[in-house]
Amino acid sequence: MADGGAAVIDKAGLDALITALAGRGRTVIGPTVRDGAIVLAELSGGDELPYGWGVELEAGHYRLRERADSAAFAHSAGPQSWKTFLHPPRERQWTADRAADGELAFSEDRTPPPAYAFLGVRPCDLRAIAVQDRVLTAGPHADSRYRGRRRRAFLVAVECTEPGATCFCVSMGTGPAVGPGYDLALTEVLDDEGHRFLIRAGTEEGKSVLAELPQRPADPATRTAARERVAEAADHMGRTMPPVDLRTLMRDTLDAERWNDVTARCLTCGNCTMVCPTCFCTSTEDITDLTGDHAERWRRWESCYDLDFTHLAGAGSVRSSPRSRYRQWLTHKIGTWHDQFGSSGCVGCGRCIVWCPTGIDITEEAHALNAERAAGQAR
Amino acid sequence: MTVIAPRVCVATVPVPYQVVECSAESADTATIAVEPVAAPLPAFAPGQFAMVYAFGVGDVPLSVCGIDGHRLTHTVRSVGATSGALRSLRPGTRVGVRGPFGTAWDLSSASGRDLVVVAGGIGLAPLRPLVHGALAAPERYGRVNVLIGARTPGDLLYTEELPRWRADTRTLVTVDRPDATWTGDVGVVTALLDRAAFDPSSSVAFVCGPEVMIRATARELVHRGVDPDRIRVSLERTMHCGTGHCGHCQLGPLLLCRDGPVVTWTHAQPLLSVREL
Repeated sequence: MADGGAAVIDKAGLDALITALAGRGRTVIGPTVRDGAIVLAELSGGDELPYGWGVELEAGHYRLRERADSAAFAHSAGPQSWKTFLHPPRERQWTADRAADGELAFSEDRTPPPAYAFLGVRPCDLRAIAVQDRVLTAGPHADSRYRGRRRRAFLVAVECTEPGATCFCVSMGTGPAVGPGYDLALTEVLDDEGHRFLIRAGTEEGKSVLAELPQRPADPATRTAARERVAEAADHMGRTMPPVDLRTLMRDTLDAERWNDVTARCLTCGNCTMVCPTCFCTSTEDITDLTGDHAERWRRWESCYDLDFTHLAGAGSVRSSPRSRYRQWLTHKIGTWHDQFGSSGCVGCGRCIVWCPTGIDITEEAHALNAERAAGQAR
Repeated sequence: MTVIAPRVCVATVPVPYQVVECSAESADTATIAVEPVAAPLPAFAPGQFAMVYAFGVGDVPLSVCGIDGHRLTHTVRSVGATSGALRSLRPGTRVGVRGPFGTAWDLSSASGRDLVVVAGGIGLAPLRPLVHGALAAPERYGRVNVLIGARTPGDLLYTEELPRWRADTRTLVTVDRPDATWTGDVGVVTALLDRAAFDPSSSVAFVCGPEVMIRATARELVHRGVDPDRIRVSLERTMHCGTGHCGHCQLGPLLLCRDGPVVTWTHAQPLLSVREL
C-alpha cells in the first residue's frame, strides 16, 4: 500500500499503540528482555520493550549488548519466533470419551482462538508467517485451529534497520524492507531530530488503530531517514547465500561429500528446527486418564533430526544416519519446500546459525555444496 | 430408508465407526470391516487410506482393501501397539476413522489395456479393491494378471477369494518359503512376470509391497518395455496426521499422504534411488 497515509509517532505513540491494541481485547506480544535474551512475551506497556538493547550474533553465539542509543528495535531475531503463538509447541486436537455401552464421542476443542497482536514482526518473520500459512492452511486440509489464530492476529511489522551478523534476508528476498501482510508497519528513526517511528497502515483495521494514536503527518525528513536506514541495512547483511538457484543446487548435490563433513559437526539435536520460524513438523501423542474412558490427542513440535521421525514399525527408521537427517533438513528448507508449498522455506533470519551448538552455518553449507558442484562440473 | 449424507468433517478429528466383521488372515494379520455409527466419511477410492484409531492407543494409516457402500475393510498386520490393538478388535467395538487421504490407483485410466497387478505380502491389501473393480467390469480391460508373493503359504491373504480370481484373471501365487503342503511356485514375485499375459507396450501395472520388491518389479517391468508413466506404485512412510501438516511422510519433494501413496514409477524411481532420502 502506498504510504500516503503515513504518520510519525514517538515513544508515547508506541505506548498508545499497545494500549489501543489491548483495549481491543488483544493479547499484545512483543520483544522484551528476559533471561539474557530478547524474548517474545506478553507486553502490558511500552516500557517493557528492549529500549537500549542490542544483540551480538555469530554462529553458535548470542549475547545481549547495551547500546549507546535508546533504540527499541535495533536487535535482530531472538531464540523464539511467532510460530510459538500461531503454531504452539503443544496443542490438544481433540478428546474422546467412551460411554458404558462402548460408544465413542469425539470432540474438537471449540474454545475461541486467542486474539493476538504481534508488535515488532521483522520482514523476514512476516514472510515466515506467510510461509506457515501456506503449509498449514492452503492444502487440501486446513489446520482449523491455526487458521483461527491467524485470522484474528493483528501484525505490527517493524522494518529492519540493524541486521545481525548472521542475517541474510537480502539473499532470500524477504527483507530488510517490509513486504505485504502487515496491519501496521513501523520504521524506527533515531537521529538529531529525535526518536520517532514512521508508521503506515496496510489494512482497514490498521488504519483504524492508527487513527487512535497521538501522531503527526509524516515529514519528508523522517521519510527519507527511514528509507535510508532500511537501504543501509540491506548493505550490511552478515551472510549471503550463493547466488544460484538453491532448489536446483539441492537436487544436484544429494550425494555430495559435503554432507559427510557437516555430519561430523552436527549433533542432530534439532535446535535449528525448534528456532526456525517456518519448521512446522509435529508428532501426535495419545493419552488416557485413569478411568480409561477418556482419551486425548495432543500434537507437539517434532524435529526431523529425531531418529524416530521416520520410524516405520517393523522396518526401522528410513533416515537412520545423521547425514541423511541433516540433508533432509537443508534440502527440504531451501529445495523441496518449493515443490511442496510453492516457495522456499528459508527466510534468511539466521536463527539456525545462532542457536546451533556447534555453529553450523546454513549459508556456509550452501556455499560449500555449490563449490563442490562447480568443481564436479569442471572435471 | 434414510440416506445419511457424508458429514462435513474436520480431517483431524476421527468419526465413530463400529467393527462389524473380523477375520484372521494369518498368525499376525486380520481383516476388519467397519461401518459408520452415524454419518459416514466421504467416499474412499481404491488406493486411498484411512487413519484408524484404536481408543486410547493411537491411529495408524491403513489402506482400504474393500469398499462396499459406507462399509470399509482394512487388513492390518500387528507390528506395533496400535496395529496390535486393531488386529485384536471384536465385532461391536467402536473405532475412530479419518479420511479419505491420498491418491488413488485410478483404474479407469487402464481402460482398454492389459493389467499387471503385482503384490508382495500385505501389499495385496490396497490392490484388492482394484482387482474387485477389474473383476466387476471385465469388458473394460484387456487381460488381467494378478501376481502375488508371500513369505510363506500361511501369510497368503484372501485365500477364500483366490479361486474366483483364478477363474476370471491370470492369478499366479509364489512364496519365499514353502511348507510341506505347498505345491505351487517358490521364489520372488518378479519371476511370475514370465508367465503373465500382457502386451508391455500397452499395459498398466499396479504394484505394492515392500520397497525392495517394488524396485525389483518396476525395474523388471521397464526392462520388458512398460512405460514408467504407466507403472503405479504405492509407497509407505511414517504418517501421523494424514492431512499434510506433520511432515513425517516426506519423500523428497513428495508428501506421501497428499501426493501419494500412489505415484507413478517416473516420479518414484529417482527418489527411491537415493539412499535414506
